[in-house]
Amino acid sequence: MLLVSIIVLSVLGILFGIALSFASKVFHVEIDPKIEQIEEVLPGANCGACAYPGCAAYAEAIVVSGADPTLCAPGGHDVALQIAKIMGTKASKKERKIAVIHCQSGGINNTNIKFENKGIATCQASILLSNGQNACTYGCLGYNDCYRVCPFDAISIDENNMRIIDDDKCTGCGKCVEACPRNLIELVPISKKVHIQCKSYDKGKDAKVKCGNKTACIGCGLCVKKCPVDAITLENNLATINYGKCVSCGLCATVCPTKAIEDRIKIRPQPIIIEEKCIGCTICAKKCPVNAIDGEVKKVHKIDEEKCIQCGICIDVCPKKAIETKS
Amino acid sequence: MDFSTLFLIIIGSIFINNFVIHRFLGLCPYIGVSKKMDSAFGMGMAVIFVMTMASTITWLIYTFFLNEATSIFGIDLTFLRTIAFILSIAVLVQFVEMVIKKSAPELYKALGIYLPLITTNCAVLGVSLLNINEEYNFIESIVNGAAAGVGFTLVLVLMAGIRERLEYSKVPKSMKGMPISFIVAGCMALAFLGFSGMKF
Repeated sequence: MLLVSIIVLSVLGILFGIALSFASKVFHVEIDPKIEQIEEVLPGANCGACAYPGCAAYAEAIVVSGADPTLCAPGGHDVALQIAKIMGTKASKKERKIAVIHCQSGGINNTNIKFENKGIATCQASILLSNGQNACTYGCLGYNDCYRVCPFDAISIDENNMRIIDDDKCTGCGKCVEACPRNLIELVPISKKVHIQCKSYDKGKDAKVKCGNKTACIGCGLCVKKCPVDAITLENNLATINYGKCVSCGLCATVCPTKAIEDRIKIRPQPIIIEEKCIGCTICAKKCPVNAIDGEVKKVHKIDEEKCIQCGICIDVCPKKAIETKS
Repeated sequence: MDFSTLFLIIIGSIFINNFVIHRFLGLCPYIGVSKKMDSAFGMGMAVIFVMTMASTITWLIYTFFLNEATSIFGIDLTFLRTIAFILSIAVLVQFVEMVIKKSAPELYKALGIYLPLITTNCAVLGVSLLNINEEYNFIESIVNGAAAGVGFTLVLVLMAGIRERLEYSKVPKSMKGMPISFIVAGCMALAFLGFSGMKF
């Protein structure tokens, strides 16, 4: 009896085991091991910045349909390199982008409102009611939809109810860009440090009167004239920086009469040419946007400190690293 | 074969001897998976499928291996039925998972997490054992398995519907969530008790 029961159960177990192992061969589904490897490398935040519905779907898309391995914003360059290594390709370096809010209004100091909104306290809801409560129909509504949607805690609220984006934490996933009903947020390469903090298309006087922070762009065009690289265009009473051209020299911020342009670089060090290293190639002179560098071919160049705007382009282009900054 | 017997089995398993309400089997998914209508329905479909398959295979195993009168060994091994049934149900679920993964990836994604969960669902083992206790024949066992699954799905989906409504209703703070769900489950059991009057 005991023996038979043991035998019966063992036989059952063995039969089932054989059947299952056989079935696993017959019904085997091929999964590319690369997909799993890439999924492990990806951050797993499922933010959707790559435009795929989650990290798993992105990993599959890379392997199956050859999607670009550099799309992961939170992972950045490191993850792109690792993915490229798994896939056996090379990843091009891509500059990290961060979110910038193009408005300085929206804090508790904003008294310039049409009516007091006692409805649902979200930007999406308040914009439905007479296009928002603030007088400026382009400005920040101040209900912090972007703060709530940020999956990386990169947006904080200061004591004046202003949204501060932490450049280090921001991964450029673009969730806040979508969340903002006023389209005030833009993804900008992290090296660009000068931003026009206004999105108002109102005419100069209107814009200034309506702005809760009194820092509206009035469309005067001073910055357009001052920009050494023609990176600023004026359209519909609003100046916009073309970040592809901008060298972050900060000249526009110094001339703006309404302080609508923010320069995040507080101190720009003065570049100087180290005479021993300079070979007189004239590259820096050609690249200088304000022609502040003089010098003949094969002779030591000089920087005219009065003309120099400390943009730092010459430091980057010098092939001999002969230009350094004065400390 | 008597169709009226089958009809009585179907009605009995769905309404009168409902596995959740009357026999108190499978209470874990009844509370755990009844938060959303979609997942409750998915779970229900998976349970119907597995219960029918489990009834089939466990009846065969009982008849040809364990029962003294019909066994190929001619020895009474009925005391082994629980462990043998658990084994076969587990294997069955694994097998079904493989087949679905291969042949219907969309269904696999939809059922996904619920399929392995069913292995440990006591209602499946319950239906297998009850088939033996009631001395059903092969066809009756299969029908009973399917009907028990339908009964389980019915109660699960009803519960999910009620709980979705509960989310939006004003419930005292101390009763929110699980406590009110248990009270609702009790009320449902009382309502289903009304079917018990229908004795065939």
